[in-house]
Amino acid sequence: MDFAFMRDAFLTLIGGVPLTLNLAFMSVGLGAVLALLLALMRISGVRVLDWPAQAYVFVFRGTPLLVQIFLIYYGLGQFRPALQEWGLWAFFREPYWCAVFALTLNTAAYASEIMRGGLQSVPYNQVEAARACGMSGFLLFRRVVFPIALRQALPAYGSELILMVKATSLASIITMMEVTGLAAKLISQTFRAVEVFIVAGLIYLILNFIITRIIMAIEWWLSPHLRRPPAVEPRLEAAHV
Amino acid sequence: MSNGVASLSSQPAPSEAAPAVSVNNLRKSFGSLEVLKGVSLGAREGDVISILGASGSGKSTMLRCINMLEVPDSGEIRIGGETIALRKGRKGMEPADQRQVDRIRSRVAMVFQSFNLWSHMTILENVIEAPVHVQKRPKAECIAEAEELLAKVGIIDKRNQYPSHLSGGQQQRAAIARALAMHPKVMLFDEPTSALDPELVGEVLRVMRSLAEEGRTMLVVTHEMGFARDVSNRVVFLHKGVVEEEGAPAEVFGAPKSERFKQFISSHR
Repeated sequence: MDFAFMRDAFLTLIGGVPLTLNLAFMSVGLGAVLALLLALMRISGVRVLDWPAQAYVFVFRGTPLLVQIFLIYYGLGQFRPALQEWGLWAFFREPYWCAVFALTLNTAAYASEIMRGGLQSVPYNQVEAARACGMSGFLLFRRVVFPIALRQALPAYGSELILMVKATSLASIITMMEVTGLAAKLISQTFRAVEVFIVAGLIYLILNFIITRIIMAIEWWLSPHLRRPPAVEPRLEAAHV
Repeated sequence: MSNGVASLSSQPAPSEAAPAVSVNNLRKSFGSLEVLKGVSLGAREGDVISILGASGSGKSTMLRCINMLEVPDSGEIRIGGETIALRKGRKGMEPADQRQVDRIRSRVAMVFQSFNLWSHMTILENVIEAPVHVQKRPKAECIAEAEELLAKVGIIDKRNQYPSHLSGGQQQRAAIARALAMHPKVMLFDEPTSALDPELVGEVLRVMRSLAEEGRTMLVVTHEMGFARDVSNRVVFLHKGVVEEEGAPAEVFGAPKSERFKQFISSHR
C-alpha cells in the first residue's frame, strides 16, 4: 500500500463531498415532499388517489435506480423538441438536474412507504382525543398525527438517507464529479483502483458515520417520553406561588 | 363509599336550570347489530348523571354520539340548545358542518377509559394544547391556568414529565385537567376508572366528586356503584340499547322497578 498516494487521493476525492451531499440532501428534501403527498394518497381511502400512488411506488421501487437515471438522462433527450416547447429542456439538459430528478423520484417511492407506516402507526386513541377537543383537518394533522408519525418513521428514514448518500455514486455515470466520479477519473489516470476505491469507500463511511450520529441526536431529542423520567423533579413550586 | 363526603343525591338539581344536553330517540347500528334502539336523555346544567349498564348495552356508544365520535343513524342531539346538524353521506349519516362539530366539541370535554393523553407532549403541553390551538387563547394565560388545574388534581409536580412516566391514576387526573382547561359546559366520562388498578380508582373518583360538588354538568358512564349512588343526582340504566330504568339514585337503588336492573345491582355489589 502506498500511503502517500492514498493521502493524495483522499485530498482529491474530498473535493467531491460537497456535490455528493448536495445531491443527497437535495433529492431527499424534494423527495420527502413528494413522499408525503404519495403517503397521504395511499391512506386517503379514495381509490383514484390510492391507485396511482401504488402504481408509482411499484414502478420506482421495482426498477433499478441506474436504469431510471439512464432513462431520464439519455431517454428524455429523444424528446428534446417537445421538452424545448414546454420550456423544460434547460432543466433536462443538465446532468445535475437529471441526477437530482432521478434520485428524488426514487427516494420518494421508498420514503412514501416509510411515511405511510408512520402515519398508520399513530394510535387511534390519540387522534380521537384530538377530535374530542375540537381538532380536525390540518390542525389535527400538524399538532398530533404528524409529530407522532415522525417519531415512528425517523429510524427507517435515517436508513433511507444513508442509502441515498450511497446512491449518489450512480450519478457519476452521467458525468457528475462527486466522490465516485472523481475516483473513477483518478483511476483512469493512475490505474490504481484498489487504493482509490478504498479511499472512496472510507469517505462514504465517514459521511454516513456523521449522518447516523446526527439522526441519533434528533431521535434522542424527539423522544424524551421514551427515556426514564428525571429522578428528581426540580423544585420550582416556590417560584409560582 | 365512606369518605365522609355528604351525599349529593339529597339535593336534586334545580329543575328550572337550563338544558345542557338533550338526546332524542337516538339510534345507531354497527353493521347488522343495533346498539342503540331509540335512547333519549336530558341533562340540565349542574346535573351529574351516571349511566350504567352491562357491557354491550350501548352506554359508551350513546356517550360517544353526544360529541360525534360516533355519528347516530337517526335521532337528535342538542347541546346547550344547539342541534347538531346531520346529513346523509356516502357511508351513512355524517355531520353536516365540521366547524359546528369542532366548536361543540371544544365545549364538550371528554375523558376516556384509556386516558388518551398525547404521548409526545408533556403533561403541561397536553393541558394547554386545545386552549392554545383550538380556542386560540393567549399561551401565558393558558399555562397559568393549566398549572392551577394540575395543582387541583394533585399532579403539579409532574407537569414537565411525559404521560408514559405517570401511573394510570395520575394520567387520568391529567386527562381530567386537560378536559377542564377547555372550560367545558359539559363533561363526558367514558368509564374513567375501568382501566385503573383498584388502588388507583379512589384518587380519580375523588377528583370527579370534587367536580360534581362544584356544580359541573357531568355524564358519567361507569361501573362504580358507589359513585352512581352517592355523587350523581340521576342514574340511567341502559339494557340492550334502550333505557330500562331511570331516576334519582335513592329511588332506583332503593326500589328498582326493572327486573334487569335488580339483577345488575345485585351482581355489582
